[in-house]
Amino acid sequence: MRVEDVPQEGNATLDGQRKGMYAVGKDGRIALVPSRGWEAEELVTTGAVEHFEQLAQEALQRVRSGAAGALEYFMYARRLDPPTLAQASGVWRWRLKRHLHQPFAAIPAPLQQRYAEVLGVTRQELLEFRPETTGG
Amino acid sequence: MGAAAAFQHQQSAHCESGAVAGLLRGHGFPLSEAMVFGLGSALAFAYLGIIKINEMPLISYRMPPRFILRRLRKLLHLPLKIETFATPAAGERRLDELVARGTLVGVQSSVFFLPYIPVNMRFHFNAHNLLVYGREGDDYLISDPVFEAPTRSNAPDLTKARFARGVLAPKGLLYYLDGPIAPADIKRLIPGALKKECRVMLQPLVPFIGVRGIRMLGRKVHKVLRTAPLPFAQRFVGHVVRMQEEIGTGGGGFRFLYGAFLQEAGTLLGNANLQALALQMVGIGDLWRDFAYDAARMSKGRLPLDGASLSSQLNNLAEKEAALFRAVRAEL
Repeated sequence: MRVEDVPQEGNATLDGQRKGMYAVGKDGRIALVPSRGWEAEELVTTGAVEHFEQLAQEALQRVRSGAAGALEYFMYARRLDPPTLAQASGVWRWRLKRHLHQPFAAIPAPLQQRYAEVLGVTRQELLEFRPETTGG
Repeated sequence: MGAAAAFQHQQSAHCESGAVAGLLRGHGFPLSEAMVFGLGSALAFAYLGIIKINEMPLISYRMPPRFILRRLRKLLHLPLKIETFATPAAGERRLDELVARGTLVGVQSSVFFLPYIPVNMRFHFNAHNLLVYGREGDDYLISDPVFEAPTRSNAPDLTKARFARGVLAPKGLLYYLDGPIAPADIKRLIPGALKKECRVMLQPLVPFIGVRGIRMLGRKVHKVLRTAPLPFAQRFVGHVVRMQEEIGTGGGGFRFLYGAFLQEAGTLLGNANLQALALQMVGIGDLWRDFAYDAARMSKGRLPLDGASLSSQLNNLAEKEAALFRAVRAEL
């Protein structure tokens, strides 16, 4: 990549930041050049973000119908999945799986606290989480 | 000490090599990021099918986190102290203590909790590296190597990021130089580092590392795109690209960065062949970018999924990298 080919497409996920890329200058020297990012990166990053948003929306539906608890929604909203959340909160995966299907209030209190910490919300918020029945 | 007071931020392509270079620079031992990366023999390829991130295999274009730190400590006999902590409170106290003394401190953290990272780039990746060079009120002054300018984070957020749990949990890991750096002859260290690099890329003991790993990825991509349901196949190719192009790789899966090292090494050793190989490495980085461009568009349905094309691109890359490292080895 030559310096003039360093992508400056204004990748939205970089939020105006520039990252460094090494490229070949006119004198043949390879040096760091700030880049505003490019399409490929933006496509895959937004793809990953959207994937979690979709999972969160699906979880929200299940919370409404009572098939899942608030924990499942917040897990996906925080870009976590069951194995990562289990590891981050120090809970066995099979146990987490059960907790995901329960109302949050049914989970033992000390664990409620641990989940809340990992998810960066208060225990109260998780307990009182009631998605509106219309729209999402 | 007081290495922190006069510290100058400098942007780099990769967080770990940037943090180590920053630490050395702060102690009057200027070594470029590329030199740190290359001396650390940090370039690699690994397809780790058994380690899953969000149901996807771990694909890495470099050696695992903390590898550069450890290699450089050994090569340069650095008086490097590495500490981890049992509790966040202890970790925060220790960092404050060091910062108050004017020490420049490297910190491992998650990217998810850092307030200055753009929201769409916050994922649960626990092995980010940054330098803390001061504290003002409740804010740490931070030199994050992959960002253009120095930045800051409040104490609770940084502590949370330092004690994130899960894969590669940092456990508050911090590192700093405790004493002067002994002079070293960099020229003499280069051949050994190149040799190690060639061994990783050309003669790994297992089939999922180095150029064999690239070929394995080619086979997997082909298979997944042929057999998996569409959404999964799309996410799979998107994932491959993310690992390659996301923040901290400098694009092209670190290949451009390694090219910069080969060039600097060639100049130091007066070896024109190495300098030519540096440009060849940059060319390989461009091919990785071509691959990323196709794969990214396939992941969003802008191009039809074409496993045969992607795997033939990967085989070509494996061939080119094998030829390059064989040529590097011939120079030793």
